[in-house]
Amino acid sequence: MIRYEYSENGYQGWGAARGRFQDEFLVRLFRDMLRIRLIEEEIERRYHQDQMKTPIHLVIGQEATSVGCCAALRKTDLLYSSHRTHGNYLAKSGDLKAMLCEMHCRINGCVGSRGGSMHLIDKSVGMAGTSAIVAGAIPIAAGSALTAQLQGLDRVSVVFFGDAGTEEGVTSESLNFAALKKLPVIFFCENNFYSVQSPLATRQPPREIYKWAAGYGIASVRVDGANVLAVYEAVREAVKRAREGGGATFIEAPVYRFRAHGGAGDDSHTGYRDTAELKAWEEVCPIETYFRFLADAGLITIAQREHMHAEIMLEVIEAFDYALASPNPEEKDLYAHIYSD
Amino acid sequence: MPWDEGLVNSLVYEAPDPGTGRSLGYAKAINEALDIALAHDPGVFVLGQGVDDPGAMFGTTRGLQEKYGAARVFDTPLSEEGMMGVCTGAAMNGMRPVYMHNRPDFILLAFNQLVTHASKYHYMDNGQTTVPMVVWAAIGRGWGSGAQHSQSIQGLLLGVPGLKIVMPSTPYDAKGLMLAAIADNNPVLIFEHRWLMKKDGTVPEGFYTVPLGKGIYRRRGSDITIVGASHALEVALQAANKLAADGIESEIIDLRTLKPLDEQIIAESLKKTGKILVVDTGWAMGGVCAEIGCLAAEKWFDYLKSPVRRVGLPDIPTPAGYTLEQFYYPDAEKVAGVIREMVKK
Repeated sequence: MIRYEYSENGYQGWGAARGRFQDEFLVRLFRDMLRIRLIEEEIERRYHQDQMKTPIHLVIGQEATSVGCCAALRKTDLLYSSHRTHGNYLAKSGDLKAMLCEMHCRINGCVGSRGGSMHLIDKSVGMAGTSAIVAGAIPIAAGSALTAQLQGLDRVSVVFFGDAGTEEGVTSESLNFAALKKLPVIFFCENNFYSVQSPLATRQPPREIYKWAAGYGIASVRVDGANVLAVYEAVREAVKRAREGGGATFIEAPVYRFRAHGGAGDDSHTGYRDTAELKAWEEVCPIETYFRFLADAGLITIAQREHMHAEIMLEVIEAFDYALASPNPEEKDLYAHIYSD
Repeated sequence: MPWDEGLVNSLVYEAPDPGTGRSLGYAKAINEALDIALAHDPGVFVLGQGVDDPGAMFGTTRGLQEKYGAARVFDTPLSEEGMMGVCTGAAMNGMRPVYMHNRPDFILLAFNQLVTHASKYHYMDNGQTTVPMVVWAAIGRGWGSGAQHSQSIQGLLLGVPGLKIVMPSTPYDAKGLMLAAIADNNPVLIFEHRWLMKKDGTVPEGFYTVPLGKGIYRRRGSDITIVGASHALEVALQAANKLAADGIESEIIDLRTLKPLDEQIIAESLKKTGKILVVDTGWAMGGVCAEIGCLAAEKWFDYLKSPVRRVGLPDIPTPAGYTLEQFYYPDAEKVAGVIREMVKK
């Protein structure tokens, strides 16, 4: 039984996109999504080797949200994330080698092996913080936005979370405060309908999340999370609002997790969701539907895609080799940064 | 007038610090610290439920909003976890929030952000981020404060890496420790005691700091070492002064900061006296008393001439009623009794 259906129109009606955006930009979005997918698949392929001693939360199926969002941000804008960090980190231009070193518990990981895959942080590119506690980063992003407001900066703060994040009390507290202070913050909810294996229907009454958020008195929209251009445009508008002093925006993007909550592979066979539901969403894969759209528009060929694929894989394999050859921390490294001087 | 104002007004203190110089009230000393910090660092902002109301957080925030504006001194929604996260996010981006709470009991609502986020980021992201924030609250006691408005939660937080915990006991320290806490690059908790708020003492004008992690002798003696902080120390001082008439000379150490702990001063005194009594405003079990007591047994066993003793709260929620309270809180008489027993041995 398909409980959660894709209810959008894909790229139907987006023919004019070619005129609205530069061709290079449209192709870049494809490459960015493909790169994340290929990195995730390689992580998944190697995960059973136990070299990456870290929990993983793959974003396979959810590439359009990270890529579409980050394309609308400046490097100096700050992104906060949940436990599902890979896509956010990579889309915000986090260094791949530092990410894989972190996942292999090496000292030159992006946070020196103190965080693992749930804490991919790189402040130099604005990947500013994550939380492994659901909704934990939401008030922190509000505090980041308050800082920009107090300091008179036109910096925007964005925080990613899932549908379950809206159930935590602190999210209500943060939406209220953001509305009260007109904070330059974007609350980005990737609604993938499941919290681990608990479906949305057992956790929330039948109601649209973005309408619930609108009740706090901030702009709130729903956007097709499988359509990278729709995400980009929604975030661009939210960014404009934030920079112009118009306050916060809540964005709900329905997407689908093609894999289990954590670890490698799909777990639909355990019975909490129907494999037919997964299949239906795979039909509207954010990468494949976008590829068809670009190909139909004559912006990319299969040969070009294959070349792109090979190029990315070269980078990915090299980064894995680099991580595996990197040094482990030493005991003395345990004791650094307990307190800041 | 706050509900327990009459009670607090009726408390009489002998100034433990009768030095020369300007005398100032406790709340006013904190007010002055906040004023100086706001004036000197544009990154400092002060928030909390009612910081701009007529009560002005026992007077500690009086006049600050008028002087520094509503953007930097502001009332908050009743959202403790959310606001603790806002402070964390602001601190992570270069601000120095001072988050004022009427009572520590309300900080319990914000443990997720305090314990799992604010105290962790600096370590978790390998030092990329610092989290310089101050969380302040005044421990309540009496006039029906009861189980939910009188908790001393420092013991619950003592074991959390990355936090600092400060408990002043004089107006001088309240100002100097507040300024040190604001300047510190880590999350610092300051637990005041409501009953100290009407105390007067010598307070220098202008900027000065009292270093975090350094204790101070409040009384010198050679018969017994008493360590503690805040109002528990006040009670111990009363007991010690009483016993001096009987020829018992207690050495009293005001820790001022519970974390990091000044182990050196405790060891120094214990080496001399061989006896240690730990006092705290919180529960004796698993808290400050337990930790310091254990430390004495673990590290300084060779100095000990009698068993470690502790005087904290019993393993019971605080009763609200006046009579039950008298049985619940250890007074100077009780502390004196314990000292007598220890010195006799």
